[in-house]
Amino acid sequence: MGSDPEDCYLLFLSGVQCKKAIMPFGNTHNNFKLNYKVEEEFPDLSLHNNHMAKVLTKEMYGKIRDRQTPSGYTVDDVIQTGVDNPGHPFIMTVGCVAGDEESYEVFKELLDPIISDRHNGYKPTDKHKTDLNFENLKGGDDLDPNYVLSSRVRTGRSIKGFTLPPHNSRGERRAIEKLSVEALASLDGEFKGKYYPLKSMTDAEQEQLITDHFLFDKPVSPLLTCAGMARDWPDARGIWHNENKSFLVWVNEEDHLRVISMEQGGNMREVFKRFCVGLKRIEEIFKKHNHGFMWNEHLGYILTCPSNLGTGLRGGVHVKLPKLSTHPKFDEILTRLRLQKRGTGGVDTASVGGVFDISNADRLGSSEVEQVQLVVDGVKLMVEMEKKLEKGEAVDSMIPAQK
Amino acid sequence: MSWNRDPQRRFPCTRSPLTLQIERLWTELQDKPSTASRPPFSTYPEVKTHVNMANSFTRMMSGRSTAVLLASIGAGTLASGYLLCDSSAAAAERRRLYPPSADFPDLRKHNNCMAAALTPTIYARLRDKTTPNNWTLDHCIQTGVDNPGHPFIKTVGMVAGDEESYEVFAELFDPVIKDRHNGYDCHTMKHPTDLDASKITSGMFDERYVLSSRVRTGRSIRGLSLPPACTRSERREVERVAVTALSGLKGDLAGRYYSLGDMSDREQQQLIEEHFLFDKPVSPLLTSAGMARDWPDARGIWHNNEKNFLIWINEEDHTRVISMEKGGNMKRVFERFCRGLKQVEHLIQERGWEFMWNERLGYILTCPSNLGTGLRAGVHIRLPLLSRDPRFKKILDNLRLQKRGTGGVDSAATGDTFDISNLDRLGKSEVELTQLVIDGVNYLIECEKRLERGQDVKIPSPIAQFRK
Repeated sequence: MGSDPEDCYLLFLSGVQCKKAIMPFGNTHNNFKLNYKVEEEFPDLSLHNNHMAKVLTKEMYGKIRDRQTPSGYTVDDVIQTGVDNPGHPFIMTVGCVAGDEESYEVFKELLDPIISDRHNGYKPTDKHKTDLNFENLKGGDDLDPNYVLSSRVRTGRSIKGFTLPPHNSRGERRAIEKLSVEALASLDGEFKGKYYPLKSMTDAEQEQLITDHFLFDKPVSPLLTCAGMARDWPDARGIWHNENKSFLVWVNEEDHLRVISMEQGGNMREVFKRFCVGLKRIEEIFKKHNHGFMWNEHLGYILTCPSNLGTGLRGGVHVKLPKLSTHPKFDEILTRLRLQKRGTGGVDTASVGGVFDISNADRLGSSEVEQVQLVVDGVKLMVEMEKKLEKGEAVDSMIPAQK
Repeated sequence: MSWNRDPQRRFPCTRSPLTLQIERLWTELQDKPSTASRPPFSTYPEVKTHVNMANSFTRMMSGRSTAVLLASIGAGTLASGYLLCDSSAAAAERRRLYPPSADFPDLRKHNNCMAAALTPTIYARLRDKTTPNNWTLDHCIQTGVDNPGHPFIKTVGMVAGDEESYEVFAELFDPVIKDRHNGYDCHTMKHPTDLDASKITSGMFDERYVLSSRVRTGRSIRGLSLPPACTRSERREVERVAVTALSGLKGDLAGRYYSLGDMSDREQQQLIEEHFLFDKPVSPLLTSAGMARDWPDARGIWHNNEKNFLIWINEEDHTRVISMEKGGNMKRVFERFCRGLKQVEHLIQERGWEFMWNERLGYILTCPSNLGTGLRAGVHIRLPLLSRDPRFKKILDNLRLQKRGTGGVDSAATGDTFDISNLDRLGKSEVELTQLVIDGVNYLIECEKRLERGQDVKIPSPIAQFRK
């Protein structure tokens, strides 16, 4: 190949080819790898069951393996987590991550089909609609609190101009933290709050945050650790929340920012309103610092995992459905409502006492308002079905058509 | 595959005229580079270093716009091309603006050799250097940053990605090696290698006490990156080289290879029962260093038909070589160890390969704690009375032995049976260390027998640490 490791001027000319790695982490010895044939480098995916393994062929690998994003992220970096984790028994994992905004461009051949697989046939030419006008939501303030125990909406945001958690250096991560803390510190009113850095938290603060269910821990899931997101823990990680404990931001966990609005009870409308208002305020502040959020009209908000593209929104409730959940058509009902269930511990947990975490399944291709609307309408319907089942009545007539 | 052992071809040093121009400009601006006071690593072309480039670049970037800078070095079309790529180029530019101080890890709560030795000055000097394989200091220290420290054991906290790591990042590796290996100074000392098993004396233990004997070491294949850094093809190459060589062993050393990925359930069960099977590493000390990537690709176990000579392929090192048997015949275990190692080395040399070795550091392995001989010679031994004596630890310390539980490192002892082995790896030869274990274990058995007879035991005087 006769590659010249010093040719970083090619970065500027071609936009995709960059032969000099800049960031400290990752499979940055890419030039050296190119001395080996494709067959020799291609991962053994014969026992794998994730989106990446379904899409990546030797030919595709051969075509894109000599590329790097401007920050030096390579295809091997993208797929490492999928190679190391052959598959979850029940959930089809994505099996790849982005290291920076440009990853989605530079490795289009690989990521577009994965995105299409994961997001219901989303095409490379499709456009994603962003709608954060909470007034467009209909209803949502009357979910029965006897069944709906809590409501929550979360999303992620990436800050333009920085690389993403799998790839960033300590210096970058600290800069992200500093910028985020400054931005959040300027919030006021119902959004006035305080930042708790993970590495200097007192025991009392930690206890309180655990009790409030706010604290996030060092990732143990190999899906995340193999992608390099847990490096240097707990450096530059932290939690910010407002005084009312209803609006919460995680800094430098799986994404630059995870923004969460939540409260007890079933007033999803209020939760969503606070979510939208808070997000808009934060975005304005970041824009003033010349660091808007990563967004484009094809993929919406850019996040680390391709599964969170679009809105990155998971709006959901903890709802008591002991009878409905044992109904043979429960899963089908959820699918038709475009919802998914999880245990009350979040992803990969089991439900406790008939209480489920019900949230939207879609992220890309529909707007925030549309997705929360599905949750509101769907949960309302399911609560009514639960009530019917309590009275011993059948609910077959209420089973909805596919949305 | 002759190309990859030809240093000139493997590490191409061609640089374009533009690059040379850029380098000249930077050289004019940079400070006087630090000079490592060590002889150059002469078998390879000069290792590329980027001394102080980040700092000079930072000064240039903050003072002038990038376009002006690039125009000033005569790259007209280049500059306009740059201006067209807005934020991606800006991000790259911004990334280069992070001075080493912004990237320096927070090690205040850390307790490992790397954290004790790394200063902001050293980090600043080494951060932008790379080995010829593009391995960086941050790669080396990641495991130590992610794992602040074991409460009882001071871990090393850094690994090498290739043979050159020990040279390029010598400024940090040398004090870590000194710390870990009892003051071994690689500038002034040489490491002795001696695999002549005939020199061993009194190598037969009393089997009422010694249940099994074992000697292990590691070997790396020169020219291929080490497990934290290796690509899939390199790892597969290591597997190929090792398995080809091992298939040439004959007589009592003849055996077969079991690839981890292709093993049948029955084979796996068998290997577990024999205590041969190694598993995907779960210790964060190893996973943070990247050694578990692509598991189980190109990993496997080879053992001879007699099941007393065993090689692990691509676990924590390229190869781990183990000779073991039940009972107390350490001399025979060591003899087979040396014979097997020499034959394997001969077999790989026939095909033009060799082990990583130099006279400063001995055999080069992934973890600095295993440099030198990489040798751990030990026994499983029952010492019910001695182990309860309060002087047990001091006796072991003076004999330069360590105890572990019978599950290996980080395990607790079950009952009265311990794994006793040498503490040292570097600065003494294989023969010296094995003899030290033999003499030490014999002493321990003597103590146990004395305690059985109601007699007292004496703490031995401490053994000198380096040969004069």
